[in-house]
Amino acid sequence: MSTQYKQREDLVAAPSRFPLREVALFGALLVAIFGVYALMGAAYSTRMLVEAACYAILALGLTIQWGYAGQFNAGVMGFVALGGYCAMAFSMPVNADFWASPLSGELGMVVLMALGGVLVVVGASRLHHLGVPRRLRTGLAVALALLFYLLVSARLGVVTEQIESQFGYIGGLGLPPWAGWIVGGALAGVVGYFIGKVCLGLRSDYLAIATLGIAEIIKAVLKNADWLTRGTATVSPLPWPVPGPETVGFTLARAFYLSVTAVMIAVIFFLLTRAYHAPWGRMIRAIRDNEISSAAMGKDINRRRLEIFVLGCILMGIGGATLGSFNGIFDPQGYLPLNHTFLVLVMVILGGPGNNLGTIFGALTVYLIWVMSEPLALSVLELMVAFGEGSFGWDAPTNLDSRALQARVFVIGLLITLVLRFAPKGLLPEKVKHHG
Amino acid sequence: MNEFVFFLNYVVVAGSVTGSIYAIGAVGVTLVFSIMRFAHFAHADMMTFGAFTVLLLTTAFPGAGAALGLPTAVVMLPLAMLLTAALAVGIDKAFYKPLRAHGVKPIVMVIASLGVTLMLQGLIRLFAGTSGQSLYVDDRKEIFRLALPFEGARAPIVITEPQVILFVLTLVCVVGLHLFLSRSRLGKAMRAMSDNPDLARASGINTNLIVAVTWVIVGGLAAIAGTLLSLDVTFKPDLSFFLLLPIFAAAIVGGVGHPFGAIAGGFVVGFAETLAVFNWSVLLRPFRDSLPEWLASADNLAFVGTEYKIVVPFVLLVAILVWRPTGIFKGKVI
Amino acid sequence: MPLLDARDVYGGYGGMNILNGVNMTLEADEIGVIVGPNGAGKSTMLKAIFGLLTVTQGEILLRGEPIHNLPPNKLVQRGMGFVPQEHNVFPSLTVKENLQMGAFLKPGNVRRMLKQIYDFFPPLYDKRHQPAGELSGGQRQMVAMGRALMAEPSVLLLDEPTAGLSPLYMNEIFEQVKQVNAAGVGILMVEQNAKQALAIADKGFVLAAGQNRFTDTGAALLADPEVARSFLGG
Repeated sequence: MSTQYKQREDLVAAPSRFPLREVALFGALLVAIFGVYALMGAAYSTRMLVEAACYAILALGLTIQWGYAGQFNAGVMGFVALGGYCAMAFSMPVNADFWASPLSGELGMVVLMALGGVLVVVGASRLHHLGVPRRLRTGLAVALALLFYLLVSARLGVVTEQIESQFGYIGGLGLPPWAGWIVGGALAGVVGYFIGKVCLGLRSDYLAIATLGIAEIIKAVLKNADWLTRGTATVSPLPWPVPGPETVGFTLARAFYLSVTAVMIAVIFFLLTRAYHAPWGRMIRAIRDNEISSAAMGKDINRRRLEIFVLGCILMGIGGATLGSFNGIFDPQGYLPLNHTFLVLVMVILGGPGNNLGTIFGALTVYLIWVMSEPLALSVLELMVAFGEGSFGWDAPTNLDSRALQARVFVIGLLITLVLRFAPKGLLPEKVKHHG
Repeated sequence: MNEFVFFLNYVVVAGSVTGSIYAIGAVGVTLVFSIMRFAHFAHADMMTFGAFTVLLLTTAFPGAGAALGLPTAVVMLPLAMLLTAALAVGIDKAFYKPLRAHGVKPIVMVIASLGVTLMLQGLIRLFAGTSGQSLYVDDRKEIFRLALPFEGARAPIVITEPQVILFVLTLVCVVGLHLFLSRSRLGKAMRAMSDNPDLARASGINTNLIVAVTWVIVGGLAAIAGTLLSLDVTFKPDLSFFLLLPIFAAAIVGGVGHPFGAIAGGFVVGFAETLAVFNWSVLLRPFRDSLPEWLASADNLAFVGTEYKIVVPFVLLVAILVWRPTGIFKGKVI
Repeated sequence: MPLLDARDVYGGYGGMNILNGVNMTLEADEIGVIVGPNGAGKSTMLKAIFGLLTVTQGEILLRGEPIHNLPPNKLVQRGMGFVPQEHNVFPSLTVKENLQMGAFLKPGNVRRMLKQIYDFFPPLYDKRHQPAGELSGGQRQMVAMGRALMAEPSVLLLDEPTAGLSPLYMNEIFEQVKQVNAAGVGILMVEQNAKQALAIADKGFVLAAGQNRFTDTGAALLADPEVARSFLGG
């Protein structure tokens, strides 16, 4: 019975009908945004919109991984941080003192050594073509890798320590920010490629574990490699690709930035929608929905999966870079699983996994609620404390801010479980067309 | 000789401690996987919950341990195990069971468990804050110094009371689990369900009961692992993602679905971590004169700095996924 | 009152009916055999009886009580045993543990029943401490039947017990089915080896396209030229 009903619902959702649901939801969102403008002022609200737009790019990255292909990436934060780092590293001015010092040459030597080591190890891992027994080859490659790792890391430690004490960090490349955005996307894609290569042939649980791990590792590196990122000392201000607030004022500068992100979203949306309806997109969905039969049809499943995963990671890198530049500060400790992984997850599953429009809607809506809930959570807690002091004579906890943050952690968790149970297809479900 | 004692203290003892904690944690993860077929991301926060319960109970009854001659926290452990088991069963009823009944894909269960982990994290930190606290509220951590009967060994082997308790409890857990799984009716039914859930149902095994029993065991083990970790250092409410990776790595290295593989995997990961952050230059000190200058003068010869410790389980995880995805003991479903 | 009585059963997967009104009656001491071409709904009928798929119409009675759409563990409690065609043992459990699992609901009888099963299937006694996954196909089938018998069922459902077995083992399994039946257990089985199966059957049901085509005693069906021509390969 239920399946018949579902089929009929899908027929109604055929593309030709009037998109009532979409119009209603986006209309309500628009009203809410106007409300925020009226309440909080233009500068604040435009900032919120730019951030929401950056999150929409992240959410589009996740929706193609999770919605199109059923791959769950639990480490969005890592790719966001990589993008943010690239935005910083490319756009910050060149540290001329460092490049003029002999240390830059030494750092170059270390890099060359590392490259040489990689070449030697890769060479060793191919020795079986020359008739070396496989066991011996593996042992040799591992031993060489360890040896080079120790040599390089010892040298690197010495050099970077001197860099940190003399120059702080190596500085940026002085290029326009968008160069960093592109490289950020590419770097995230490369990391995604290796993770995907290892995990995508296995059950999706392994991908979740590995992405969670790589995110923490990327954060640990960015936090501790002071010579690259100044670590906890943070880098600011990051240049913008549009005129900054100091020349045209906050609202206008943010509006410029917003138009850049809006164009990016439009382009990404257009390309993704094309891809979704192209044979490639159909193949991806066929693999997601019925792996065995599509494998039987002779489709190279793991390759398609890798493509989609890498594509998602690239989008996350670009989105992270855009967000990083906009924030104006690179602070590795500011990357939190809650803000940069789970918030994006909520946007996608609430908006509609696999539906690009739904994902954008989810990103904007959830971010709006997220930002607005911050003062709300705090005032609720203050109310509770005041109540507790008045009625039971409690001592007020000193760190209300951090407690309010924890309350939001709880709410996000609850939201994830509730949506999975009661609205697993999101507010704007993916339109599944039935062929034949 | 003193260098050898140093090695014993900082590698053998420390590695066994970390290994035991990862082992008990990984058994929980692997049990959930073998019965319910999903990677349970909320396990680390169940451990934290167990330790937090112990902390609360210890604060409430600080003198209880003195009567038995044990740290109060250890005396409170059984109660905390019960509470954590109840929590685990409750979480399953509220969040996982409805999804199972819907027949969702395993990965949706994984996401749900991430939602649960956030809820637990939020709740625990809402009440406990985010800073570390000692589980030794009223009593003192005893430290045993065992002098070695060798010529020239001046430094003693240092081992603390919680570490001794940890080794004893780990042994008890391993033996207890083995007896339960191989001798008891429910334990065998758990293995049967892990082998073939459909056939288990067709044999008349009440699978809901088995699921509940699994959660009770998983909750109890999580409380033990969390408490032992907190006893060894301090109770830290914000460890979860840093614990998850080594624990999953341990479960996968040992072969998913293999309780005893998970124990072996726990020790592999624990020792790998300890060896990787160990400063080998100490061991080279006696041979300083015969070493090349650059090696002798290096004062830090660790493979990775402690700040990059999390890289170790990750590398192990990737290595095992590349070379032997079924783990050393040939786990099942991949 | 018949042991098992299926009346006009409809059912299938995902809204598509595979069974289109099947009738079957089995008395307490009988062996019933379901035969028919591929896709006729033979295994589906067995699964419908054992509650593994939804019966949309009609009813199934066990000793006069309706049992359709009860979950499998309830059916085991009521005295029904089921041996699936594939994956019918717990591979990592020993033979003995496999058998014990069959008696999960009646732990008190384990010792007595184990002895009885070892008497039925002597090869299992020697292998009782071996993991069932290491046994040969025929021995696995014995473990699977033994496991189902441990709960002392009044009726045993067998899904192609001889599939993939050598002729030698096939005859042994048929012998054992007869023995089990002689001990007072009703048998309903699906078989590809129709001739041998009908030879030991008290009742035969020939299904085609989810409906009864012929229902008679085993001997009568074997003798019927039309059945032989259409379903027994000449």
